[in-house]
Amino acid sequence: MSSTVLKAHNVAAGGLLKRRLRPTAAWALAPAAAVLAAFWLLPLAHLIVLGGQQRDGAGSGYWQVLSSPQYLGSLAQTCVLAAVVTLAALLVGGITGVFLARQRFFGRTTLVALLTFPLAFPGVVVGFLVILLAGRQGLFAMLGLKLAGERWVFAYSLAGLFLGYLYFSIPRVILTIMAACESLDRSLEEAAHSLGAGHWRVVCDVIIPGLAPALVSCGAICFATSMGAFGTAFTLGTQLNVTPVAIYNVFTNYANFTVAAALSVVLGALTWAVLLLARRMVKQSRTVL
Amino acid sequence: MTGTTLRLIGCRKAFSDGTVAVHDLNLTIEAGETLAILGPSGCGKTTTLRMIAGLERPDVGQVLFGDHDVTRLPIERRDVGMVFQNYALFPNLTVEGNIAYGLKVRGMSVAERNKRCAELLELVGLQEHAKRGIHELSGGQRQRVALARALAPRPKVLLLDEPLAALDAQLRERLRSELDQLLRSLGITSVFVTHDQGEAMALGDRILVMQQGRIAQLGTPREIYQQPANPFVAGFVGNLNAFSVAGRTVNGLKVSGGELPWAEASEPSTVYCRPEHLRVVTREGHLHGRLLGQFFQGAQSRLLIEVGAAQPLLVDSADSVIHAPGDLIALAIEPQALFALHP
Amino acid sequence: MKRSSLFIAQLLFTLLVCAFMLVPVLMSLVAGLTRNYFQGVSSGLTFDWIAQVWQAYSPTVWLSLQLAVACAVCVCVIGVPAAYALVRMNNRFSRAFEELMVLPVAMPGLASALALLLTYGQFGSFRSSWLFILVGHVLFTLPFLVRPVMAVMQRQHLPTLEEAAASLGAGPLRRFFSVVVPNCRAGILAGVLMVVTLSLGEFNLTWMLHTPMTKTLPVGLADSYASARLEVASAYTLIFLLMIVPLLVALQAISARLSRGEQR
Repeated sequence: MSSTVLKAHNVAAGGLLKRRLRPTAAWALAPAAAVLAAFWLLPLAHLIVLGGQQRDGAGSGYWQVLSSPQYLGSLAQTCVLAAVVTLAALLVGGITGVFLARQRFFGRTTLVALLTFPLAFPGVVVGFLVILLAGRQGLFAMLGLKLAGERWVFAYSLAGLFLGYLYFSIPRVILTIMAACESLDRSLEEAAHSLGAGHWRVVCDVIIPGLAPALVSCGAICFATSMGAFGTAFTLGTQLNVTPVAIYNVFTNYANFTVAAALSVVLGALTWAVLLLARRMVKQSRTVL
Repeated sequence: MTGTTLRLIGCRKAFSDGTVAVHDLNLTIEAGETLAILGPSGCGKTTTLRMIAGLERPDVGQVLFGDHDVTRLPIERRDVGMVFQNYALFPNLTVEGNIAYGLKVRGMSVAERNKRCAELLELVGLQEHAKRGIHELSGGQRQRVALARALAPRPKVLLLDEPLAALDAQLRERLRSELDQLLRSLGITSVFVTHDQGEAMALGDRILVMQQGRIAQLGTPREIYQQPANPFVAGFVGNLNAFSVAGRTVNGLKVSGGELPWAEASEPSTVYCRPEHLRVVTREGHLHGRLLGQFFQGAQSRLLIEVGAAQPLLVDSADSVIHAPGDLIALAIEPQALFALHP
Repeated sequence: MKRSSLFIAQLLFTLLVCAFMLVPVLMSLVAGLTRNYFQGVSSGLTFDWIAQVWQAYSPTVWLSLQLAVACAVCVCVIGVPAAYALVRMNNRFSRAFEELMVLPVAMPGLASALALLLTYGQFGSFRSSWLFILVGHVLFTLPFLVRPVMAVMQRQHLPTLEEAAASLGAGPLRRFFSVVVPNCRAGILAGVLMVVTLSLGEFNLTWMLHTPMTKTLPVGLADSYASARLEVASAYTLIFLLMIVPLLVALQAISARLSRGEQR
């Protein structure tokens, strides 16, 4: 009985004003709904339909994508690259994030600020930064010339792309991990230590499980960003066989709208599926954009 | 400020999950009266207040302000002043801005607004704090701002939701008497909700005790305390000793520990008395028992006395005699202090 | 205090990561100001490259600023009421809507741009105006405003404040503008800064949506990376960083304030 009474009380607190205000609330949503419907849902539906159209008797765009080793290879390569970048970013950003969240030392805030700035750098700029690091006139080229007598140039390959994607993933991981660390219950660690667990045991048994939701959701976003990142690949060279570049080439060079649409839809669906999967894995924690 | 009579006719409120918060409530609050709605959490007191305010609309029934049916009016058109539990002061406005908000909404001119604002600041004694932000105020000051804000537009009815609950004990005592004086001097019809019986006794002209969405008793504080309608009310307002009656004697009732004076013809199965009505006596008393403990409470001390019943007796004694645990204590009681209840 | 060797190792690692993030930026700064990058800083420092970039590309800077401001205004106008509605409704529908709103960010920008292009591309005057890019930017940045504003709204006990305003006689519109908006200013500000920053740097959508007449700063950057000499590209990047870094500093200051408010 007492539970129903309590429940009634709780309901009373939020109760009717909310219901009474609902029509107003719905009106407030109207502009956003209109914009999204007109410029996002409608075009998306169009894109999906377009991808299914036949052209030159070659089958629908989806069939062309799914039956072509070239496109499938590009998709696979993109996925693998995004996955590797995600893992690397989680490792690097995780170590740094935990360190920055847990330790207090002189210059810490500056370090955090510096590390999180590049979060908003656009892909093109990141691409250029990679060129400065590992391009023909880059830092590594100079270093290589001095040390080994040959220029170390890897900006224009998948390695360069990896570096670029890592560059814009790390700040995001650091931010998320720091936030997650702050909400972690420290007494759990102390309890584990008191039970005789060594440092690595605590890391494996307490810290990593505690950070797991943040790691998963942040990893999913890194993956999604890496899947769709076009700017970096574009700057580093259009001969890289990653899907965004492939879409761009199909669209501009061959004007093949059907395949471009189909590829976009497949890429979008893959990305979205990964995000959804991650959401399932961490039901309660909301993704941080 | 003149008061408005306030009536609830057959008001009923159920929530979407089917639980009924308030059952067919009929209630008249006289003009200028202060009514305290008292009850444990979940008894429907807040819902009742919110129905009067217009924050909840009753499923069935009517709410009348004077002769005016306001059941379908939203809160902003009812002309009520409300003090919220955590005051809900606007953090983006100063003290003055908060008080003037309702006046601004009503389109009052700046000059008039400032005048009214100054009046209210004086009323609650916050003249020096007019330009302060809300975060700079203490709990008591916030409570006063909330009160001034609610009173500024001269509402017909003042509603207070646990107005003192967010304050610490000492401050609560002081603000309680301030609030009492203020409400009395203004003569405004006011309704407040509380779970604190002391607050209800001190402030209410009448008290409405609610239990599970229904009226348990409606009456003056004295009536509620001295003639509680049922054991729930009796137990909720103050402490109570219950005696199981084992049988009658010529002019008394046999209970564990002795015999109580009882002049009436009836023979109830249980009789009750308040702890302060039992007196410790040195000569022969009505009841005898052994002291379990004595707790010093300042002006009085509370004694726990074992008489062989299910619960030890509570005795509030004003004298400062110190007894030792295990002492034999004799207790006396006036016959009119005993009462029976119909559950 | 004596620090453990683990601390030193972690610090070194962090500094290494920091170097990875910062060294290329510094290199770009130096390159943009050096007379001849091949010969190194010894060739002398100069503002010539920046002047040259400004001559060639200043329209892109202005267009980007115009876009960013317009985008911030649009996103505020549709986003703040939307955030309010979503917080208020908090039911299955509102959660679905939130999901829908985030979708344009989760989807590869290129796909969104392609969808817009294939659907609205045939409307010539719309296609060739900067408004076409604006639409893309609004779609992409909307959640970045709505999310922080929602977070602040949820924290502020807005329902009670609104009830208080209603009890004082304020109608729904008045409540929205006098209570809701002022009390989530910090969230709106953080959102607007984020939106401006993202809009200034948006490339994935913009590259597909732009025309030769509507080149934004990142599009110009991509151009210069592909065709101009390294010093020019660096100088151009330098201009971009000069625009974006103050915004990021402000953003960090505000989010620090917001998270402090959360603890209070």
